Amino acid sequence: MRLEETDQLSRTIAAPLDAPLALVAKVRGALRLRAVNTQAQALGIAPGQTLADARALHPDLQVADMDEEADRHWLKRLAEHCIAWSPLTTTAPPDGITLDITGGEHLFGGEAGLAAQAEDAFTAIGMTVRVAVAATAQGAQALARHAPLPIRDEREALRALPVLALGLEDEATLALRRAGLKTIGDVAARPAASIAARFGAEAMTALRRLLGEEQAPITPITQPEPLHFERRFAEPVALQASIAACFLSLLHEAARTMEERDLGGRRFVLTLFRSDGARRRLAIETGLPTRDTASVLRLFDERIAALADPLDPGFGYDRITLFLPVTELLVASQPALDGNAQDTAALADLIDRLSTRLGPASLCRLAPQDSHIPEQAQLALPAIHERMPVPWPQPSAGEPPIRPLFLFDPPQPVEVIAEVPDGPPHRFRWRRKLHEVRLYEGPERIASEWWRRKGGEAPGKGGLTRDYYRIEDARGRRYWIFRHGLYEEKPDPRQGPRWYMHGLFA
Amino acid sequence: MHDRAAPAEAPRRAFGIASLDATLGGGLARGRVHEVYAAESDDAASATGFTVGAAIGMVDPGRTVLWLRTLRAARLGGVAQANGWSELGGAPGHGLVGVVGDATALLRAAVDALRCTALGAVIVESWGTMRELDLTASRRLALATEQSGVPLLLLRHDASPVPSAAQTRWQVAAAPSQALPGHAPGRPTFDVTLLRQRSGPSGFDWRLEWDRDQRMFREAPLSGVVVPFSACGQVATGGNGSAFPDDRRAA
Repeated sequence: MRLEETDQLSRTIAAPLDAPLALVAKVRGALRLRAVNTQAQALGIAPGQTLADARALHPDLQVADMDEEADRHWLKRLAEHCIAWSPLTTTAPPDGITLDITGGEHLFGGEAGLAAQAEDAFTAIGMTVRVAVAATAQGAQALARHAPLPIRDEREALRALPVLALGLEDEATLALRRAGLKTIGDVAARPAASIAARFGAEAMTALRRLLGEEQAPITPITQPEPLHFERRFAEPVALQASIAACFLSLLHEAARTMEERDLGGRRFVLTLFRSDGARRRLAIETGLPTRDTASVLRLFDERIAALADPLDPGFGYDRITLFLPVTELLVASQPALDGNAQDTAALADLIDRLSTRLGPASLCRLAPQDSHIPEQAQLALPAIHERMPVPWPQPSAGEPPIRPLFLFDPPQPVEVIAEVPDGPPHRFRWRRKLHEVRLYEGPERIASEWWRRKGGEAPGKGGLTRDYYRIEDARGRRYWIFRHGLYEEKPDPRQGPRWYMHGLFA
Repeated sequence: MHDRAAPAEAPRRAFGIASLDATLGGGLARGRVHEVYAAESDDAASATGFTVGAAIGMVDPGRTVLWLRTLRAARLGGVAQANGWSELGGAPGHGLVGVVGDATALLRAAVDALRCTALGAVIVESWGTMRELDLTASRRLALATEQSGVPLLLLRHDASPVPSAAQTRWQVAAAPSQALPGHAPGRPTFDVTLLRQRSGPSGFDWRLEWDRDQRMFREAPLSGVVVPFSACGQVATGGNGSAFPDDRRAA
């Protein structure tokens, strides 16, 4: 027995669910509809139409690009969940999943019960599904795709299918239709030899498979066994040494398994189950995939040392598990002679250790961000996730530094005396000290990001402009000071614009 | 163990300034601890600029520089900016910035980092007196840097010098820069004092200007009051102590 599901795969787009929607793709230079939802179907829009024709019929048709890769991926994920019903499960692209349920359907209440369960499960996640059961995979696929549901008599239903269900090439299908053979039953009624002579041997094979006269095995998808290792104890263990030894043996077992599969762990989760039901979870992460037990053990030591409340075995642990949720390909390789690989590994090891001890957000790599607002120009990314050096733009030669080494966040208010209202500062008071301005350069005018504000395009609503001055005081200290708002922007009617210390130059 | 007692001669990176390199015996040594004190807390950015410049001189291109700061330094001194780092000629893309809660964690992270030979240099920045950095801790840092050859630049703001195992100790203050046309501030300029040097002369002042394009320090053109020592052969026998009083700041 086989069961087949056909899904109309659609993606989440920003449109109301009940609006007509079509997915389009470029076919021979024209945008054609590849899939439509039921609302669009009701309006007479069908796959295969050009987008221009469909738009002419219904200008308010919502359109999104077909993403075949995402659909394939989604189909595979759905198929992986179907393994719950049968281990022999495979995808039938573009929109089907085939399950070989022979001998297993009674566990779910027979064919009908299994079909109902599958339908419920897919409806629950918002998928439309058509389920059909037939003697062969091809028969089930054809019924699910082309037959009117529900199916009362499998044999009759198969014979009533259009010749399109044979899944032959367009030319052969057209030739069958031209010969007056509209349904599978018509084709099956003809002598096999003449069909094979006129439409090729594959037409006969397809027909036999559809009618259940010939079996074709399916290739089930395989799922790697999760990397989950555990030790159970008849008597709870509380001794530090026993726990450590058990953990070490778990790590060795994990390393052996990973080596067989050419994998390295990126995330290790240790769970300690106490005999009174309490459970303690410890997780570490590494920047590079690893199966080196010593370095993983050291990271766990760091993690345990950094715990706010220490591990308390109480009356002992009765179960210890190690789970590796994130793994990556790690092929054993010969070390390069220049020692670069060794350096990379040593640096990754240091980053792992410091990130585990201090927390991943404490050790950062600075990456440029596309913004002209100074405090948003850089992004601090956790070094454990950002392995490669990030390129930064080079400053232009011959110029003094125009951006400060340190930035205050938030900027610190300063009292400024300027000679003219919109002019540069003359002297200023910062951190209770008075500074005389000796040299200055500016203003460098940085406008606010008015396009990010609601209604920011209206005059006076876009936020205040900043006028930055590079300043050196009498003692040679270099500052970056800005005036928040121009005089004509009237930031504060009583006081005029405020000044802020934003950064320090070397 | 004998190399611990008498560490092998470390490779040096010259400043490119004759008098400075002669005093240091050829330049700043890699694989040693160098302390940089800000003269006043307002000179923190200048001291950092000098340190970043010294690090750029000591690091081979493509090597990672680890900059460890205490939470207090990040709060008082401001957020370290990759743009500003790059404006000084550094490669912030190859840099890592770590912010550490307290001094103990800072020193522990520094020792771990110094043992990693893949790093180009380690900059450790702290604010205020750090009781945890006693002679033992300092010696531990020195041993780690001697063994790996990774230089440690220990940047200290708002602190007064304490005995340590550092190779050199510097004091850095901001100095007026050579103005550009239009009264614009020029290149970063520092008043640098070599407070102490292990088995070498010390107590000299220089006014240095950081040339970003050449990635090196230059002696700043003099502007009146300051007369720095140009030749120091005459005081090379002076030993550890301060051979000359620091009369500039008094002037």
